This record gives sequence, structure tokens and C-alpha cells, in this order.
Amino acid sequence: MATMTPADATLQVRTFRRSPLSRARGHVGALWRRPLTQAIAKAVLTIYVTSTITFFLIRLMPGSPVELKIDELMQNGQMSYADAAAAASGLFDIDLNAPVGQQYLEYLANLARADLGNSFLSQGTSVTSIVLAVLPWTLFAVGTGLLLSFVSGIGLGLVAAYRRNSPLDHVVSTAGSVISSVPAYLIALLILLIFGIQLRWLPITQMRGAFSPGMTPGFSPAFIGDLFFHAALPISVFFLTHIGLWILSMRSATLAALEEDHVTVARARGLSDGRITTAYVGRNAVLPLVSQFAIAAGAVVGGAVIIEQIFVYQGVGLRLVKAVDQRDYPVMQGIILMTTVAVIVANLVADLLYSRLDPRIGRAGGASGT
Amino acid sequence: MTTIAAPARRELALPGPVSAVIEFLRVLSRKPVGLAGLFGVVFFLALAYLAPLVVPLQDRVDVTAIYSAPSFGHPLGTDYQGRDVLNQIVYGGQDIITTAILAALFSTLIAITFGAIAATLGGRADVLILAITDVALTIPQLVLLIVIAAIFRPTSFISLAIILALLQWPALLRQIRAQVLSLKERDFVEAARSLDLGLLHIVFREMLPNMRSYIAINFIIAMTYAIYAQAAIMFLGLVPLSGKSWAIMLYFAYNQGALFFKDSFFYLMGPIMAIALFQLSLVWLASGLEDVFNPRLRS
Repeated sequence: MATMTPADATLQVRTFRRSPLSRARGHVGALWRRPLTQAIAKAVLTIYVTSTITFFLIRLMPGSPVELKIDELMQNGQMSYADAAAAASGLFDIDLNAPVGQQYLEYLANLARADLGNSFLSQGTSVTSIVLAVLPWTLFAVGTGLLLSFVSGIGLGLVAAYRRNSPLDHVVSTAGSVISSVPAYLIALLILLIFGIQLRWLPITQMRGAFSPGMTPGFSPAFIGDLFFHAALPISVFFLTHIGLWILSMRSATLAALEEDHVTVARARGLSDGRITTAYVGRNAVLPLVSQFAIAAGAVVGGAVIIEQIFVYQGVGLRLVKAVDQRDYPVMQGIILMTTVAVIVANLVADLLYSRLDPRIGRAGGASGT
Repeated sequence: MTTIAAPARRELALPGPVSAVIEFLRVLSRKPVGLAGLFGVVFFLALAYLAPLVVPLQDRVDVTAIYSAPSFGHPLGTDYQGRDVLNQIVYGGQDIITTAILAALFSTLIAITFGAIAATLGGRADVLILAITDVALTIPQLVLLIVIAAIFRPTSFISLAIILALLQWPALLRQIRAQVLSLKERDFVEAARSLDLGLLHIVFREMLPNMRSYIAINFIIAMTYAIYAQAAIMFLGLVPLSGKSWAIMLYFAYNQGALFFKDSFFYLMGPIMAIALFQLSLVWLASGLEDVFNPRLRS
């Protein structure tokens, strides 16, 4: 075989020489192609990049917060530069004289142990404990509002698509497009202004905070009721601002699904309307919305900052604005990281749910959405 | 089959652009929402950029007219120092809209450049750009924006626009990439490639003109993001509050009395309604344009 083309050569290698190394590579490749592995790799990469961004934001910018803190300590505490620098680096948990690369590595090592340093202002309190104390409240309000809006929006969107061009469809679609284009914080302000201050229907000052003072946290009905009482306003804002998105997306997804041939076939087979709606139309229409849900989760956690500020709800947002006012950089850094992690977890759950709902995705090499 | 929906109507014997505009308005007016959006956007642009040329600035403090209800002299009432709210609305549009336009421009440029590179080169470049985009999409943008604004304290609207653009390009990039991927398979792109016209020519002379409508719609959506984010950080008081803008008005209106004075209702409603209605007009215009440019959606 004097005239062997390169393609033949690789074919021969593949067929006859399968070394243990290449077999191992094959296993790694198969593992890598699994959606779950890719999702986890993406999550780790995102956490790494986010922490790197916050590191460089805080350490390397001109007039870094560390320098600011040193200046502040020298002026207020009458310290010498060396003392102030030592105190400041203690606060940041970093060695300021070390080269940047080393500082960065130490920061990453601390991060791997979930050690985000200590707060500037409440000394001795770790950033992790501060963020963990407020994050659940935000996730509770955001999660409840988003899930409620998702479920009711999908229902309304489905109905609107089935009754296309009926008065109901027009009302639902228009209301959805109006309410989803107004910024969430303006809706929050309008609720506060109209129902809280002008009409005095809502006891807005009593509704502040995450729960009433004097309540003992626990699984008692009274405490859970109190939680919902305090979270009611943020939940309704998250609900209102997202329901429009789900209505409109579900409506157009359902319209597209209704055109599919298999729906016509199902009708011809004489399947009941209920079965066609749930198994043939609804299931296919909901699929793209699941990944949209994960993207929305990220945007809402960010948007929650102002909503919490307006309603004085004790979540991440209120804490972030406080940290910004106090120039408490470690806390800011911690909040960016922890909210990103929360969004990543939401993304992972959505990915898993997606592969459950869509059997094509579950297998390696299956159809993958772009 | 291109998606351009304005066939030249030669029987009218009008110059090309004029007939194109007439055709555009004719199609747009089939859907009242799109037309309402167009009127809203034109109205607010005129209010922000033309009205200040004719309406004199009134920022005289008048302690006898604090929080007065709408009247003939003050159609939208007065603020905590007795100044006219309507006058502030007129003067407050320019900065916020200019920043939004600049931010949309910068983010669209980033998205087109890297989206087109990712889609046309494919392979490793595509994987890398998509990975960066995914990461940027995951970080809660407003949280990051608040921290960046608190650290850098952008004073000019150009620097604010750049910060906004650096945060909001990812969603747009994914869409541009998907669009370029589908255009890549079209015959005219194949033809250009077989003529060896070069990557730059193919992207900018062959593909971009076919994505014009798509880019216009996404530009408008990018403006709504920029207004949302910018008003948010101004409302929180994170950027130096100099100059006049609806968002700065909102900050003062809220902090000077929303919770203490029942009378400040109209003062607060001024900027709330200005921002909300402008956002709504933009979204409606974008959805109207979608119907004009995508004939399949018309029914």
C-alpha cells in the first residue's frame, strides 16, 4: 500500500492501536460530553472568574480600598503608616507587601475554604456569616415571587394562545407587555405611594424587615404567616414584573407548538383535548421557558437590591447598599460572590430539570440548544 | 427570501426614501401598539432635546409653593423647594436618554464584533467567546454595577455609558451570534466566500445589511436596559448627583418626602411616569418593528 492517504492512516491507528492512554482519553471525553459535567465545569469557571474580577476590582484599582483604609486609620486612629498598614491588611486578611500574584493565590486559597475575610465595620464578624444571614430572605422572596409568576404566567399564556385574538387574549397580552416593560422599582414605588401612603391600605412601616420583632424563628404557623406578611410586598413586585414575560413567552411558544404536525396527528387520532394540551403542546412549549427561568433568576436577584431598599426588607440588597455606604469592601465582594453562586445553583437546577423534561438532552451527543 | 419588508412602490413615483418611510408607517400602523410606541418615543425625544430650547429653565426656589398640587401655573405640581416639576421633567430627559443611547451603541458594537467573530470563525474562538459570555450572563449584573459604580463613581455620562455597556453586551452577543450562524449558510454568503471577498467584507458588506432590522430592534432593547440600570444606581444615590435627570429627580423626590408627606405624590409621580412611559414606548416600538421586519409574525 504505497499510496495510503492520511485518512487511511488514522483509520488504521484507530482500529489497531488502541493504547490504554487513548482509551482513558475516550472515557474522559465521554464524561466531558455529559451535560451535567459541562454544567458543573461552567459553574466552577464562573465562580473562579467572578472571584478574580472582584479581587482585581478591590486590590488593583488606583486608590485601592486598602489604601483608603490605611489613610482613614492614620487620620482617625492616629496610627503610624506601618501600624495602619498592618491593621488594614489584617482586616483584608492579606499581606500587602507580597507580590500581587501571591496575594491572588492566597485569596483563592482562602476562598476555597469559604473564607471571605472579615467585615471592616463589625470587626471579627466573618463576611460569610454576614451574607448567609441575609441571603435566605432574598432567596425566599425572589423564589416565591418567581415561581408564582412562572406558574400563573404559563397558565395565562397557554389560555391566551388557545383563545388567540379573543378579547381575553388582547387584555392578557397587553397587560403583560405593559407591566413587564416598567422597571420593577417603579412598580414598587407606585405600590408604596398609592396603597401605602395615599390610600393607607397597607401598614408599610409594620411590614418592614424580614419578620416581626419578638417572633421566635421556627416552623410554627404564626411565624410562617409572619414571614409571608413581611415578604408580601417584595413577592408581589417580583410576581408582577415577571408574569408579563412568562405570559408573552408562553403564548408565542404555544402558538408555535400548536402548528406542529404531531399535534395535528394527535387530534386526528382522537386524543382528548386535555391530553393534547398537557402532553403534546404544553410540555413542548414550556421547555424553552425553563432555561429562560434561570436567566431571569439572575436578573431578579440583582433587581432585588432596590426593591429591598424601598420596602426595607432585610435581604442581600439592603445589606449591599449598607456595605456600599460604609465602604465595607469585603462585604461587597462577598455579596457579589454569594449571589453569583445562588444564580449558578439556580442554573444547575434548571439544566437538570431541562434534561429531565427533554429526553433528547439527557444523552451525550443529543440535540443541544444554542 | 430576505426579511426586508418594504417593496418599492413605484406607482407612487415618490423618491425612494419617502416611499420607504410611508410604507414603513403603513405597516407599523396595522398594529396600534407599534404606532403608539413610535409616537411615544418621538414625543419623549422632542421633549428631551427640543423642548429645552424653547422652555426657559425655572429653578427659582419658592417656599410659598412647596408640594402644590397640579394647577395651571404648575401642570405637574411643585417639588420640595417649590420648583416646577414639569420644567424639571423637560430638562431631565436629555442626560438619561443620551447615556442610554451611548450605552446601547457601545454594547451593540461589542456584541456585533465579537458575536460575528465567534460565529464566522467557529471552533476554539467560538467556544472561548461563548464561555466568556455565559460567565458574564451569570453574574447578577445590577449587583456588580452597584459595586463598580460605588468604587469608580462615574461623573460624566460617557464613563457611565461605558460601564453600562461593559455589563450589558452578553445577551445581545448571543443573539447576534445566532443570527450570523444562520446567515452563514445562505447562498449569497456562500457566493461571497467562493469569490474570496475576505472575512471583513463578508461580515460588514454582506451580513450586516441583512441584520439591520434585527440590530435596530436590539438597540432599542439595549436602551431600555441602560435606562433601567442607570436609574437604579442613581435612585440608590451611588453616582455623584450633578445635573438634571429624571433618575436624579426620582432620588430627591423619594428622599425628600415620599414617606413623610402625603402632598409629595405629584412630585414623585412626575419622574416615575416619565421613566415608565418612555420605557413602555421603547418596548412597544421594538415589538412594532419586529412585526414590520418579520412578515411571518403578521397575521
